[in-house]
Amino acid sequence: MTAAPDRERPAARGRIMTERYVVAIDQGTTSTRCIVFDRRGQLVSLAQQEHKQHFPKPGWVEHDAMEIWRNVERLAPRALRRAGITIDQVAAVGIANQRETTVIWDRRTGVPVRRAIIWQDTRTDALVNSLASDPRAAAVAEISGLPLATYFSGPRLRWMLDHTPGLRARAERGEVLCGTMETWLIWNLTGGAHVTDVTNASRTMLLDVHELDWSAEALDFFGIPRAMLPEVRASIGAFGTACQAFPGVRIGAALGDQQAALFGQTCFTPGEAKCTYGTGSFLLLNTGTELIRPGHGLLSTVAYQVAGEPASYALEGSIAITGSLVQWFRDQLELISSAPEIETLARTVADNGGCYIVPAFSGLYAPHWRSEARGVIVGLTSYITKGHLARAVLEATAWQTREVVDAMNANSGLALKTLKVDGGMTANNLLMQMIADVLDVPVVRPLAVETVSLGAAYAAGLAVGYWPDLDGLRRNWHIAGQWMPSMEPGLRDREYANWRRAVERTFDWIQPAQ
Amino acid sequence: MPGTVQSIERAAAILRMLAGGPGRLGLSEIARALDLAKGTTHGILRTLQGVGFVEQDRVSGQYQLGAALLHLGTSYLDINELRSRSINWADPLAARSGEAVRIGTVLQGQVLVVHHVFRPDDTFQTLDVGTLLPLHATALGKVLLAYRAGSPRDELTAYTRKTLVTPRDIGAALDRIREHGWAADIEEHTLGQAAVAAPIRGYGGLVIGAIGVSGPVERICDSHYRPHPHLITSVRDAARAISREMGAARQ
Repeated sequence: MTAAPDRERPAARGRIMTERYVVAIDQGTTSTRCIVFDRRGQLVSLAQQEHKQHFPKPGWVEHDAMEIWRNVERLAPRALRRAGITIDQVAAVGIANQRETTVIWDRRTGVPVRRAIIWQDTRTDALVNSLASDPRAAAVAEISGLPLATYFSGPRLRWMLDHTPGLRARAERGEVLCGTMETWLIWNLTGGAHVTDVTNASRTMLLDVHELDWSAEALDFFGIPRAMLPEVRASIGAFGTACQAFPGVRIGAALGDQQAALFGQTCFTPGEAKCTYGTGSFLLLNTGTELIRPGHGLLSTVAYQVAGEPASYALEGSIAITGSLVQWFRDQLELISSAPEIETLARTVADNGGCYIVPAFSGLYAPHWRSEARGVIVGLTSYITKGHLARAVLEATAWQTREVVDAMNANSGLALKTLKVDGGMTANNLLMQMIADVLDVPVVRPLAVETVSLGAAYAAGLAVGYWPDLDGLRRNWHIAGQWMPSMEPGLRDREYANWRRAVERTFDWIQPAQ
Repeated sequence: MPGTVQSIERAAAILRMLAGGPGRLGLSEIARALDLAKGTTHGILRTLQGVGFVEQDRVSGQYQLGAALLHLGTSYLDINELRSRSINWADPLAARSGEAVRIGTVLQGQVLVVHHVFRPDDTFQTLDVGTLLPLHATALGKVLLAYRAGSPRDELTAYTRKTLVTPRDIGAALDRIREHGWAADIEEHTLGQAAVAAPIRGYGGLVIGAIGVSGPVERICDSHYRPHPHLITSVRDAARAISREMGAARQ
């Protein structure tokens, strides 16, 4: 028997006839999910499929874009079946995706020319260094609102054009197309619409964040032929109608995953902020229709744009490695057999025993932006057990959040009062308490931890009139859990000082190639 | 004497082989050694993998004994794992019922609260993860008692006039819980409070925890002092969804 429990319920059966739903496709770093949401923004069903991570060389991380698309095709009917609904009950599909991951494919065959290079990949290190010495670099940073770094898509596109024989010529002839993951999925879903949304486009370094269109200057700087780029659209509007996976359903929205989470947390007002704890962690603060000049290692990015309206912007603090440090602890060190066990192990000891782990696996992101940094474990003594290491793993996420919040407060001139959190790591009570302790503000979890998917669903539902307005969405937001700070201030200060000393030890590890 | 089950004998032989071998073994090796068809061997290995008794190496595809075997004698359940896998289903339960949700498991003769979702009305509430509750006086606890071997033999603490304290009353209540698949506590632990709970099952249907909603008795119960049927349905649905997540067979 494979019937979902919903099907066995008379109440559900009544609902099947009448109710409509919105589906989110959450194309993430480690897996792709299809989630069905109801009108109250509650999760009705979920189908998930992991995809393979390719690590061809140190610092290189790739995904097979075709595998990801096939997963979407497989997950769509599974999610609907589990919800006990049919395709005509789906009002709209929304997409949230891992950002900055870049793929190039053949326009005619639809086959990627090589594996997608994902956001954690640092192969463009040398390229970025050489571009940095170009006198135009400062202007491009200003136009795009982003610092020149390996993190963004622009350098990746350039790398692929440089390192794939014949690709540049084909790109100039318009034979190949490029995009971030939402572009790839929409192209496949619709059978050929080549479009992106402003939030994803704002992560390429190729977009003029003021004009919200490709910047000729940036394209010239990176050497990217315009013919291969998708059309930039508002995040919430019309992306066409699907003919694959969800045939006949309108694609109402596409957002970068972090922007989707900001939307799912209903942070629609300037000053509202959230932090999503996933593979990496991302703190976004809504700054309204005004683009704040970023400083203190933060980025300015597009939060969302409703078609026909001005865009809302956000300040972002990006942390590269948080949840993936736990995965590393599980898969590479094999000290735990599942991610949640890190909490069990960490609770076997009372403190970190003087040990700190700074996971600069691919350099450090906000607020440091040191691509030459590499990870350290410091304070090792014969006293340290795996319990202390587990604690240091969790504390690394807490202290990295503190660094970003400090930068955010300095940049915006506002002091964060509470932190809204979401993402898989919010199931970790010890970590949530640590974050409240090191920030000295309450940490609040909303009634839906799947805010990335929820944000995509909200945006898509809004586009097709399934939800009337932002206020309606706000009423769906409720507190599900709250952690109050309880750390002694002296201890907090001492630990923060230790953490900062540990961070300094990661700097300048990778030497420039001779 | 009843007949033996051949596939269980074969599974045992595979486990013995993996335990006695030098390290990981490949499918063909195992099939050859036991003189079994590859398809049959693969089916058994997949089943053993599903219950955690066997693990497959991601790179080589070879098999070894799984971590679950090591914990076989110790009723092992990682409570953080339970919370992590429940969180997506506990939230919708709180939203649908409008009440606070708790998930509990047994720790040293009490209910340990491993997850707590606030009542979704944005009033001030405090997380009580880690709190211990009595088994016999709460809906969560009675569910956990109902599916354990043995039942309380001694007179138990009365928290209110309604608390069941005699082994006989409790025994009868547990029979009903097993029959219906859910438990209620109506002012048995705290005056004015009521709760409904249902079992969370793991591999093979073993009850590993309980999930329930609780709130003021006038909201949980109807005018006949019985829990609202829609609450019972929602709690049982959530329990089933989590059970599926924890590896229980679909029913």
